[in-house]
Amino acid sequence: MAGEVITITSGKGGVGKTTTTANLGTALALLDQKVVVIDADIGLRNLDLVLGLENRIVYDIVDVVEGRARLKQALVRDKRTTELYLLPAAQTRDKSAVSPSQMVQLCDALRPSFDFILVDSPAGIEQGFQNAIAAADRVIVVTTPEMSAVRDADRIIGLTEAAEKGEPSLILNRVKPDMVRRGEMLSVEDVLEVLAIPLIGVVPDDEAIIVSTNEGMPIALDGRALAGRAYRNIARRLMGQEVPLLDLRERGLFDRLFGFMRS
Amino acid sequence: MMDFFDRLLGRKAPSGQVAKDRLQLVLVHDRSGLSPEIIEQMRDEIIAVVSKYVDVNLEEMDISLSQGKGQSKLIANIPIRRPRSGASSGLR
Repeated sequence: MAGEVITITSGKGGVGKTTTTANLGTALALLDQKVVVIDADIGLRNLDLVLGLENRIVYDIVDVVEGRARLKQALVRDKRTTELYLLPAAQTRDKSAVSPSQMVQLCDALRPSFDFILVDSPAGIEQGFQNAIAAADRVIVVTTPEMSAVRDADRIIGLTEAAEKGEPSLILNRVKPDMVRRGEMLSVEDVLEVLAIPLIGVVPDDEAIIVSTNEGMPIALDGRALAGRAYRNIARRLMGQEVPLLDLRERGLFDRLFGFMRS
Repeated sequence: MMDFFDRLLGRKAPSGQVAKDRLQLVLVHDRSGLSPEIIEQMRDEIIAVVSKYVDVNLEEMDISLSQGKGQSKLIANIPIRRPRSGASSGLR
C-alpha cells in the first residue's frame, strides 16, 4: 500500500475545510479504505470535534514530532467506521511547532499503512499552509460561492501551483440552488470560469451539517442527506470512479411532503 | 419589492452576475501582482512612447488588463490620428 496524501485547503477561513476533511475521511472509510486524517491547524484544533473524537485524544502531532509519543500511539481510532484514524493537532502550541520537512516525514511514515492521508490545512497563506501542503500528492481547494472566498481560493491556487503541487481540484461548498436559480448567487459554472481548475464536487448548503457537527457525527454517515451523498460521491471520485454531479434541487421525501408547512 | 420590479424591467443585473464581473476584474489585478497605481504609471509611459511617433487619440484610448483562457492579457487599444510629420520614416 502506498497511501496518497491529499491536502484540503482554502485560503479563507470558515468555508468548510474541516467539515470537508472529516466527511471525506468518513466517506472513504465507508468505502473500505484505510484513512488517516491529520489536523494541521496547530493551536486551533477542531477536526476532533467535527469527528466526535475530542474526548479520546491522548497525544497529538507535536508530541509525535518532538518524540514524546510514537505515531501509532497518537492515532485516535474512529468509533463508527472500521478504518478511520485521526492525528490530532496540538492545542497549546503554534504553527512553528511543526516544519514542512517534519510533515513530509510524518506522511511518509503513514503511507505504507494507509490508502489515504487527508491533511486539514489551516486558513491563511503562511507557515501553516506551507506545512499542510509540504507532503501533498494532490491538493483540494474548498470555496463557497462568495466573492471573498473565491478570491482567496484563487490566491491559494496560485501558491499551490508555485509550490509545484500541480493543479488543485475544487470543491464548491454551501451552494444554495434557489439563490443560484434567482441569479443572486455565483453558480458552479461562474466559479469554474473564474478559477479555471477542475471540479471534484459540489456540496449543498444544508442545515443538517450544523446538526451533524453539533453531534460529532459527520453527515457522510447519513446516506439519505443530500450533503452526505455529495461527500460520498467526492470520495468515490477520489478513488478514481466517474460519478455524475448530484442534482442539488432534489429535496428529500420529508421536505416534499412537509416543506409547505415550514414556509 | 422595488428590486423585483427593477429586475423584471431589466434595469438591474442580478447580484450573481455583478459578483462575477467584479471578481474577474479584481482577480486580473491579483494575478498580475500589479497595483492600479502601477498600471496607471505603465499606461502613462506607454502613451508617452507611442506619442513620440504618432498623434494618438487620448479620449478613445483604452489600456487594460483582462482575463484570457489561463492567462492575463494587457490589451492596449490606441487609436492613431495621423503620423507625426518628421517621424514618418517607418510609420506610414
